[in-house]
Amino acid sequence: MMCRSIVLSAFVSALFAHTAFAQSEVKIGMVTTLSGPAGYLGADVRDGFQLAVDEESGKLGGVPVRVLVEDDGLKPGQGKEIADRFLGSEKVKILTGFIFSNVLAAVAPDAFDAGAFVISPNAGPSNFAGKDCNKLYFVTSWQNDAVFEAAGQNATNLGKKRAYVLAPNYQAGKDAIAGFKRFFKGDIVGETYTRLDQTDFGPEMSQIRAANPDAVFQFHPGGLGITFIKQYVQAGLENIPMFVGGSGLDRRILTAIGPAAEGVNITSQWNSDFDNPASRAFVSAFKAKYNRIPDSYASQGYDTARLLASALKAVHGDLSDTEAFRQALLRADFVSVRGEFRFAHNQHPIEDLYALRVVKDADGKLDIKTVGKVLSNHTDAYGAACKL
Amino acid sequence: MLAFEQILNGLQFGIMLFLLSAGLTLVFGIMGLLNLAQGSLYMIGAYAAAYVGAHTGSFLFGGLAGIGAAAAVGMATEYLVLRRLYARSHLDQVLATYGLVLFFNEGITILFGRQPLYVDIPASLNGAIQLASGLSYSIYRLVIIGVGSLVGIGLYVLIGHTRLGMLVRAGATHRDMLRAMGVRIRMIYTVVFGLGALLAGLAGVMAGPLSAVQIGMGEQILILTFVVVIIGGLGSVRGAVLGAILVGVVDTLTRVYLPGLLKTMMSTANADAIGAGLSSMGVYLLMALVLLWRPRGLLAGSL
Repeated sequence: MMCRSIVLSAFVSALFAHTAFAQSEVKIGMVTTLSGPAGYLGADVRDGFQLAVDEESGKLGGVPVRVLVEDDGLKPGQGKEIADRFLGSEKVKILTGFIFSNVLAAVAPDAFDAGAFVISPNAGPSNFAGKDCNKLYFVTSWQNDAVFEAAGQNATNLGKKRAYVLAPNYQAGKDAIAGFKRFFKGDIVGETYTRLDQTDFGPEMSQIRAANPDAVFQFHPGGLGITFIKQYVQAGLENIPMFVGGSGLDRRILTAIGPAAEGVNITSQWNSDFDNPASRAFVSAFKAKYNRIPDSYASQGYDTARLLASALKAVHGDLSDTEAFRQALLRADFVSVRGEFRFAHNQHPIEDLYALRVVKDADGKLDIKTVGKVLSNHTDAYGAACKL
Repeated sequence: MLAFEQILNGLQFGIMLFLLSAGLTLVFGIMGLLNLAQGSLYMIGAYAAAYVGAHTGSFLFGGLAGIGAAAAVGMATEYLVLRRLYARSHLDQVLATYGLVLFFNEGITILFGRQPLYVDIPASLNGAIQLASGLSYSIYRLVIIGVGSLVGIGLYVLIGHTRLGMLVRAGATHRDMLRAMGVRIRMIYTVVFGLGALLAGLAGVMAGPLSAVQIGMGEQILILTFVVVIIGGLGSVRGAVLGAILVGVVDTLTRVYLPGLLKTMMSTANADAIGAGLSSMGVYLLMALVLLWRPRGLLAGSL
């Protein structure tokens, strides 16, 4: 490995010998979740990121890069171990890939101590958006609450008055419900905290039926969500519109749920049918390379790489001046697949959020379609506490 | 009526737990083997049923395939791996069967990928049935209750009133005597393990349409299964029936009614927080109480 990287950098520097500034490659450490049931999330981010690197044949913003990818297995300890190796022996100055907030929270402090940048393509826990914000920390997806806040707004926009809310009894579940409530103007007629190891939602379905709401908001990641939505329809509740945040229903989950998912309202910052040139180009390139329609995770990986490309270009691959690189990142001088992309002062995106819905297309296949915009120039509720 | 519906929910959940724990407790009672891989057999049953069901279009064929696959894999595992462990300590057994869990999870990943599989309720069992005025209940869930009850009766007859059952009971208590009388006890072990695997596979088949058929689905339910086995008494099938129904009903009712009950005593925010916490502890509290009263479980020592 060492040998190969020496040969590679020798080759790369030979290639660039004629330019005024001979560049050495920039290492990017990707700590992401590739194994377990949630492993496809990390694989999507990695594939989206790699696509951007491949489009420039091994460079980002004209700067040769080497992407080191390791699987954190959704274990904070393992993520920390990998990150320490990246920061120590590999001398990596840019860490990315984080899917889950708990892994990110374990890794970020070490990275800050080592003066390395953390660019999260997915996880956006509230503390790092607020009082613990850091100059070295950027999020390209959203603060975690955003898609749930949008779900609340979406339910309000659709004239819903009585919502029943459910989420697992852990931090992300509580955040999701808090986010929904922040933007939902009607009454909450029931609030249930489920368990992360729950396999049967029969009792919850009976409770929902008894409360007779006109909307149900639920956040159940991964397999829990598959189980929940199946049992929801089996319990005959399909006439009560369901609202979920982006990750609650992606294409993989849709395939596993099948027809029961029809009509579910999703809110997300991106969908594969977005009609802007960058998005169209990304979707067709991704399909050509990986032979599947990208979920939003892939777009987040891609955007993260494009953001890094813009900043690496601005500093000519020289990361020694941390502040210059930070300013270059803050400018976000790239064309995002979401359309316009700007950072707020807490280095989280100012974003537009959209309502999507699961509908049957012309040949009866289920698809996720964009319905319209729900929130414009949305910023998170925590930025005020961030002194940057 | 809502309360009755919730009790039915609890009963149905309990029966799913019973199918998983019956095998676990049989295997422990007779061979003294602690088997963490029971959840993997549940997963194998669900995957085989989903795969064959999708390719033949028949839930019945899928179900048979699921049960068959779980039993076959179970017996093969017993023959190849587990029989080496009977003489070892429980810690060795836990380590080895945990290794099997990892092995089966990776094996399924290689065979089927990470994409959870899609299984639907068969059309004939879809929908709800009116049980009384104001109470309709899912036909499929009623079928689960029915199948589980039949299995319970079947096990009772098999263990209590057949020749095989007699050998099984004798194998649990008088192993050496049985061997001295020329009974091939290893054969009985394989058959019993296969039976336990078959029941786990059946639980997996029936869970398929209800929940996500995905890698690691067995581990989620395994902990509650162990709670059932401990409450019922290690090694007792009748205990497993009792424990499973107790756990199913207590789990359901605490989840549903505890937060509401607490709201009458304190502020809503506190009640939600404490209620959610307490209700997820409900079955463990039950276990602690049972163990205080009967340290070896409710029906320990009787198969």
